[in-house]
Amino acid sequence: MSPKTLYDKIWDAHVAHEADDGTCLLYIDRHLVHEVTSPQAFEGLRMTGRSVHDPDKTIAVPDHNVPTTLDRANAATMTEDSRIQVEALDTNAKEFGIHYYPVSDVRQGIVHIVGPEQGWTLPGMTVVCGDSHTATHGAFGSLAHGIGTSEVEHVLATQTLIQKKSQNMKVEITGKLRPGVTAKDITMSVIGVTGTAGGTGYVIEYCGEAIRDLSMEGRMTVCNMAIEGGARAGMIAPDEKTFAYCNGRPHAPKGAQWEAALTWWKTLYSDDDVHWDKVVTLKGEDIAPSVTWGTSPEDVLPITANVPAASDFKGGKVDAAQRSIDYMGLTAGMPLTDIKIDTVFIGSCTNGRIEDLRAAAAILKGKKIAVTRAMVVPGSGLVRAQAEEEGLAQIFIDAGFEWRMAGCSMCLAMNPDQLAPGERCAATSNRNFEGRQGRGGRTHLMSPAMAAAAAITGHLTDVREMM
Amino acid sequence: MDKFDKLSGIAAPLPLINIDTDMIIPKQFLKTIKRSGLGVNLFDEMRYDDDRNEIPTFVLNKPQYRDAEILVAGENFGCGSSREHAPWAIKDFGIRCVIAPSYADIFYSNCFKNGILPIALPQEQVDALMKDAEKGSNARIEIDLEAQTITSSDGEMFNFKVDSFKKHCLMNGLDDIGLTLEKVASIKTFEEQAATARPWV
Repeated sequence: MSPKTLYDKIWDAHVAHEADDGTCLLYIDRHLVHEVTSPQAFEGLRMTGRSVHDPDKTIAVPDHNVPTTLDRANAATMTEDSRIQVEALDTNAKEFGIHYYPVSDVRQGIVHIVGPEQGWTLPGMTVVCGDSHTATHGAFGSLAHGIGTSEVEHVLATQTLIQKKSQNMKVEITGKLRPGVTAKDITMSVIGVTGTAGGTGYVIEYCGEAIRDLSMEGRMTVCNMAIEGGARAGMIAPDEKTFAYCNGRPHAPKGAQWEAALTWWKTLYSDDDVHWDKVVTLKGEDIAPSVTWGTSPEDVLPITANVPAASDFKGGKVDAAQRSIDYMGLTAGMPLTDIKIDTVFIGSCTNGRIEDLRAAAAILKGKKIAVTRAMVVPGSGLVRAQAEEEGLAQIFIDAGFEWRMAGCSMCLAMNPDQLAPGERCAATSNRNFEGRQGRGGRTHLMSPAMAAAAAITGHLTDVREMM
Repeated sequence: MDKFDKLSGIAAPLPLINIDTDMIIPKQFLKTIKRSGLGVNLFDEMRYDDDRNEIPTFVLNKPQYRDAEILVAGENFGCGSSREHAPWAIKDFGIRCVIAPSYADIFYSNCFKNGILPIALPQEQVDALMKDAEKGSNARIEIDLEAQTITSSDGEMFNFKVDSFKKHCLMNGLDDIGLTLEKVASIKTFEEQAATARPWV
C-alpha cells in the first residue's frame, strides 16, 4: 500500500461517494453552528421542506454577536438585529432538535473552544462550521475547515459536503522554542514566510519537535490561523497529549468504545516516505516574539524589527504596504517598540483558552496597565470559571483589565466591543484587516504574553524584557 | 440558483491585492437573517465616509462603473472570513463575475453557490483586463462560460479554466442539495459501514 499522509487517511475514511471527475461527497462527523452564518441555511431547509439529516452530530452555540458585559442576561444589552439572530438560533436549535448551549449556559462560549472542551471534537473526525477558524479543531488530528452558508445548509440536509481533495503541505518546526516564544509566534511566523495565499489549495500538517512540545491549547492556536495562510485546513497528528485531553470529556467515548477509538487514533499519522506537494521548514530557535505592523496577517515581524517601507516589497504588495502603513498611522523605519497602544484585547478562538490567560496573567501579576482600556474575554464560560478558581481573574482585575463574559467580542467587533476610528489595539486575535475591530481601528496581532506586556508599558514591548 | 452562461458587461477595476471579506462586506451587515439587500453595503467602508456620503473616488461610485457587472481585482481575492454575505453583496450589487489572479478557497466556492463566476487568470492577463476596465463604460468585456473565454473590448481573447462539475451546476442553475440527495443511498451505505467501524462518532 502506498504511504499516506494524515490528511489522506482521514479523507479516505470519509468519502461517501466519488464521481468520475474526482468530485466527492465527504461525510461530516461534526457540524458546529453559530448564529451569524446559519439563519439563512435553516430558512432554506424550511422553504424546501427538508430536515436536519443527523441532529445528533449538529451542535449550536451563539458566540459572534452576544454581549460580553456582566449584565448581558438583560436583553436590553443587545441591539435588536443581534437579538433577532440569537433568537433565530434558539428557535432553530429547538425546532430541528440539535444540541445547543444558549447564552445562559455556563458551557456557552466561542464555538471553536466549546467543541473541544465538550469532547465533540475528536481525532480522525471531519468537522465543519460556517466559520473560517474551524481550522482550530485540526489540532486534534481531525480534518476541520470553514464553509459558507450554502454549504451549512448542504451539511444540515445531507451530512455531507461536495469536495475535491486538496494537496498535502508539510510545515515543520524543528527543535525547541526560545523563552518568551509561543504557539502564536509560530503560527504568525509561518504566515510571514508563506504569505496569506501560500497555503491556498493545500491542507497543512504541522509537525516537528516544537509542535510536539506544545500543549493542546497551543496546538489549537497554531491550527486556528492555518486559514490566515490560505490553507483549507491545518492539522496535527494526535498523540498521548491529544488522547489525555479528550479522555473523560462529556461527549468523548467511554469504556470499550474509548479503547476502540484509541486503537484507530493511533494509526493517524503521516507515513514515512510520503509525498508532500509543498514543504516549509522553520527552526524553532529562529522564531521570535512577533507582532503584525500592517493590515494583513502576513505583515508580521519580530518585535525587535522596524516598520518596513513600501519600497521593501515587490509587485502588488508595494501599493498594499503603503496603504497599510497609511491606514495604521505608522512611519517607515520606526522601531516596532515605539508604537503606542490605546487598548488591549485578550481573547478569541485563537487565544481565549486557559493557557492563554495563564500566560498573560503571569506577566501582569502585581502590575498596572498603562493603556486607556484593556479587556479579557474568556473563550468559554468554563474557561472563565477555571480562571476565577485559579485566581487569574483577580490578577487581571487588579491590573486594571475588564473581566468579561465569553464570546467572540472584539476579534470581529460584531457586538458592542469595538475600536473607535484611529484607536490602536494590541490584540491576541487572528485578523488585522482594515476595520476588522471597528471602522478605522488599528490592530496589532500578538501572543497573550506580548499583549500583557504592551498593556503594562503602553507600547509594543518585547515580553522577554519582563521575564 | 440563477444560471450563468454568457455575460457582456462593464468591468470595474479594483487593483488591490488581498481584498478580504471584511472589506467586501463589513461585520455590521452580517446581522441580517436574509440573503438579499446587501448590495448597497458592498465595500461599505471604502465606498462611504463617516457621514454615509459616497466617496466619489471609489470605483463603484464613479458614474461609469455604477452598472458594473464584472470586477477585476488583485491576487488572493476574498481572503479571510467564510461569510457568504460577501458573494451575496457582490451579486446584489449586480456583479456576476470576478476576474483576479487567485482567490481564497472558501470565497471561491461560495461564489459558485450563488451564480457568480470567479475567474482566475495569470497576472499579465489580469493586468491587460485591468487596463481594459480602466477605459470605463465604453469598454465592455464579454464572458462565455460554455467556451471558457473572455474577450476584451478590443477583441483580445483569453481562455480560462473552471472545474467541470462547478461549470455544469452554474450553467444549469442547479441546486447542490438536490443533486446530493439523489445519492442518498450512498450516504446511507456509508453511515452503516461507519457505524461499525467508528461507533463512537
